[in-house]
Amino acid sequence: MDLNVVWFALVAVLVIGFFLLEGFDYGVGILLPFLGKDDTDRRVIINTIGPFWDGNEVWVIAAGGAIFAAFPNWYATMFSGFYLALMLMLLALIVRGVGFEFRSKDRHPTWRKVWDWMIFVGSLVPALLWGVAFANIIHGVPIDADMQYVGNFGTLLNPYALSGGLATLSAFTLHGAVFLSLKTKGDIMERAHRAAAWLWLPTVVLVLGFVLFSVFATDMFTRLGVNPGAVPWGAGVALLVAGWFIRQRRHGWAFIMTSLTIALSAITVAMGLYPRVMVSSLNPAWSLTIYNAASGPYTLQVMTIVALIFVPIVLIYQGWSYWIFRQRIGREDTLEY
Amino acid sequence: MDALAVARWQFAITTVYHFFFVPLTLGLAILVAIMETIYVRTGDEMYKRMTKFWGKLFLINFAMGVVTGIVMEFQFGMNWSEYARYVGDVFGAPLAIEALMAFFLESTFLGIWIFGWDRLPKGVHAGVMWLVAIGSNLSALWILVANSWMQHPVGYAVENGRAVMTDFWALISNHYVWHQFPHVIFAGISTAGFFVLGISAYHLYKRSSGQEVWRRSFQIATVYALIGAVLVGLVGHSQAQQVHKDQPMKFAAAEALWETEAPASLSLLTIGDLSGTKEVFSIRLPYAMSLLTCNNLTCEVRGMNELQAEFEATYGPGDYRPPIPIAYWSFRGMLTAGLLMILVALPALYLVLRGKLDPAPRAIRLLLLAIPLPYLANTSGWILAEVGRQPWIVYGLLFTENGVSTIVGAGTVLFSLLTFALIYGGLMVIDVYLLTKYARRGLSGGKEAPALTMAPEAE
Repeated sequence: MDLNVVWFALVAVLVIGFFLLEGFDYGVGILLPFLGKDDTDRRVIINTIGPFWDGNEVWVIAAGGAIFAAFPNWYATMFSGFYLALMLMLLALIVRGVGFEFRSKDRHPTWRKVWDWMIFVGSLVPALLWGVAFANIIHGVPIDADMQYVGNFGTLLNPYALSGGLATLSAFTLHGAVFLSLKTKGDIMERAHRAAAWLWLPTVVLVLGFVLFSVFATDMFTRLGVNPGAVPWGAGVALLVAGWFIRQRRHGWAFIMTSLTIALSAITVAMGLYPRVMVSSLNPAWSLTIYNAASGPYTLQVMTIVALIFVPIVLIYQGWSYWIFRQRIGREDTLEY
Repeated sequence: MDALAVARWQFAITTVYHFFFVPLTLGLAILVAIMETIYVRTGDEMYKRMTKFWGKLFLINFAMGVVTGIVMEFQFGMNWSEYARYVGDVFGAPLAIEALMAFFLESTFLGIWIFGWDRLPKGVHAGVMWLVAIGSNLSALWILVANSWMQHPVGYAVENGRAVMTDFWALISNHYVWHQFPHVIFAGISTAGFFVLGISAYHLYKRSSGQEVWRRSFQIATVYALIGAVLVGLVGHSQAQQVHKDQPMKFAAAEALWETEAPASLSLLTIGDLSGTKEVFSIRLPYAMSLLTCNNLTCEVRGMNELQAEFEATYGPGDYRPPIPIAYWSFRGMLTAGLLMILVALPALYLVLRGKLDPAPRAIRLLLLAIPLPYLANTSGWILAEVGRQPWIVYGLLFTENGVSTIVGAGTVLFSLLTFALIYGGLMVIDVYLLTKYARRGLSGGKEAPALTMAPEAE
């Protein structure tokens, strides 16, 4: 196994980490205006992700850095090609980030209301756009022989990609609702639970729709075979079982199941993509792969050593932070945000 | 306007804006960690209130640094994709390491710090703040490893028309890093020092409650600011001597030196013509530049005209001079602000040593006016570093004009530039409003307010 493969796997790990963790952060942000009846409720909701959201967001920054370091051509083609989409993403992440930090620092109701909607939009837009982006990567976008994207913003908004966006949007929102059921108490937990129960069916429909769409719009399943194997099936089963656990009010298990759904779905996409990293819709030979987009072997070696040391360390201390703040939060608790 | 010009404007605006927040984060993280350590060691609640007050301002500032930092990472690919293709093999590595080693550390532990006051033992909580400080400053290290490579590329080979890393250790041991990194760290320390000094002075003058907190903050910040201001100057001096060797054109432009001189005179004031490329009028101090550049009175300092001819011979026809007025005036802006910082810190030190803070003299409120000085120095310093390197994006290796994304149209970049300018402008207003509000509010009547505010606010 050469290091190009290792780095494909590492980028996948970082993206999965990002989807798992930021996934529920986005979900919590999206549910904020609907589950919080008053200001204290909304603060409780934000405080459930308070200690984590910033550390969670670093997963995508690390993934971006890893792509830049290991696959510069992928980074260059994708970031310049998906220009307006990424700009929207950046604006969303900016208002969302400062929204968390600023919203409770002034008492004026309008101030708080505005930031709450910023957090909502700032969570909704990326939750949708990441799906759109990855659906486009696997579906294929016009990339020419010089590895340059030759489409425009409209090219990215095709029905298949939008279906991918709705799949991630719904999955992250469900993931967030389950997380809130797990982290809050009292009325808020009750509302979060009801939201999770209500969101489950639409999520199943949207995710299933995306999977069926993928059969026709991509070569993913021709590549994986008629029976695509344990991973995609596992993703589907986990999503179904999540619904059952939600109904049983076993939110810990439900959270594990939505996490599995997200992780296994991401792995499925990675398997369908491999060894390509961006599919060209113009000519299969022009697709970017882990070889033609990669850095040299020396850089990959250096980066492998760095990643093997630091990713486990990150996992340990992030795990510790989740352990410290494992309790449920309620209206009577000290709310920092 | 072409896409190149707009992309450069966007980079300039977003970098300067990002770096407006970064130095305070770097310096204040360490200072808050020091305050909390004193609290743990003495058990004196006064230091806890001090830690929480400055910690609050730290957080407001930190959030802005984070969200504007993501823009920087994305921008290399969005606007500068040909640059990214050319240098990714070398330049991507420090950026990725920054995220893995430093940014994860500071973000995760900052979350623990904010929410962990009642959940962690005191000593552990202070240790967490130290990890935040280490994370922030490590983050600066890796970003500067990346930037230093653009200023003075080492440890690479050019293969198939792109740069490939051959020696990772060379990137880290690049002497350019070991000037830039301490320079930025001490800039951060002086920024935080004057920030705390100015606000403490305001509260001493206002006789706000918790005088003990303001007095101690003032004392600590005076020492901190002075250390920062003196060391940033010393390192900067050594860095300038290094730039003279590594990037003689940047150095000559910053000194407005057109003709090679030996001994070289120092420009005290130079006015150029409207194109900014010709000297019209100059007041010069003989021998001084030789002395500053190489520690003797007679050495040769090469001027832009000779360097231009030499560069044309090496790299082909073209204009190898950076925008001279920007290089010259940003250098002077930085120097002036730096010298003023030392001049302002000395009377503060006098007050501290003489124990004249109680009651504080009226003049002390003037220290509030010193807060912008480090900001002026930080901003003009980065402008000099980046503009002075032009026309190169990687010195001697790649021209800025060859780094820009070829597929992104000028209209798209302009749209993005205007959007960012608008959002950033609005956020600046909000951020300054919040900082001023919390800085003025002080300690909320001196009692132990829950994190001073985040709880339902008692105005």
